[in-house]
Amino acid sequence: MMINDLILRVVTKWLSPIIILFALYVQFHGDYSPGGGFQAGVIFSTAILLYALTYGLDAALKVIPETALRVAASFGVLLYGGVGVVSMLLGGNFLNYSVLADTPLAGQHIGIIVIELGVGITVAAVMILLFFTFSRRVDPE
Amino acid sequence: MSLMLNLVLLVFLLVMAIAVLKTKHLFAMAMLFGLYSLLVAGLFVVLDAPDVAFTEAAVGTGISTVLMLVTLASIKDGHEAVSTTQRKIGPLIICLVMGGLLIFGTHDIAKLGEIHSPPNDQVAAHYITQGQAETGVPNLVTAVLASYRGFDTLGEVTVVLTAGIGVLLLLGQRRKIHVKKRGQAHDDQ
Repeated sequence: MMINDLILRVVTKWLSPIIILFALYVQFHGDYSPGGGFQAGVIFSTAILLYALTYGLDAALKVIPETALRVAASFGVLLYGGVGVVSMLLGGNFLNYSVLADTPLAGQHIGIIVIELGVGITVAAVMILLFFTFSRRVDPE
Repeated sequence: MSLMLNLVLLVFLLVMAIAVLKTKHLFAMAMLFGLYSLLVAGLFVVLDAPDVAFTEAAVGTGISTVLMLVTLASIKDGHEAVSTTQRKIGPLIICLVMGGLLIFGTHDIAKLGEIHSPPNDQVAAHYITQGQAETGVPNLVTAVLASYRGFDTLGEVTVVLTAGIGVLLLLGQRRKIHVKKRGQAHDDQ
């Protein structure tokens, strides 16, 4: 999985942070422009995929260890469900964000940002995990 | 203009689909599938659905192509598709019947842009007129996905997690079995 190409290595080094930045933009600007948690998670994972394809699986595992990915994948769903439980504890229905803050609009904003973050974390972690699991089957040559 | 774009995209889509069927090399097939997804993403943009186009471009063109390539890389032999010379009539009949049923089913779908169809008349009208006032989110797709249909999205995220767990259970053994087996031959690496 390792490529000894100088151009690829340099371009990857420059491109990965930009891809991650774009993923964060898609994540937190999803309220105003196309995009949201799912798309942001996938874009984030492509940055790690690119890194792993050029620098090898071991280098990518140093950036994000697999245990962290497994925890993150579950944490995203927990975060999403947690918002629902919190809104129930505050006296609303499950996943009714209006009760999360003083005004319904502010509550909706908080709720949407937090659940989109949960979606993004889970999707990114699962996509990277899928790639790592698949590429571990490849014979080192 | 959009008719021309649609025509070009659909013709290329057809060409791509036939090329996927005709090509023998599996690497080429994976790349053609990626191109097919990119064309579908273009079609979604023409249909004013940038959110869906975004997803299609990122998942269909990006992730799934990479996953297919990694799968091919982990297979030693069999990069050529095996072509059987004998023609089978059963699968052809099933394809024709299924395709016919799908085309028959499209007659029940409301016309594109029809104002007085039930989906446009009832919930969509509420989302469009009240959405921004109720959620404060200008992007209506996000408002519907995250707020109005929050429960559905929770289900979708759970599906993603479950799929990941399934793959990990099937393939995620700690021991690298076939690497160890070949280890004796390549010990000096």
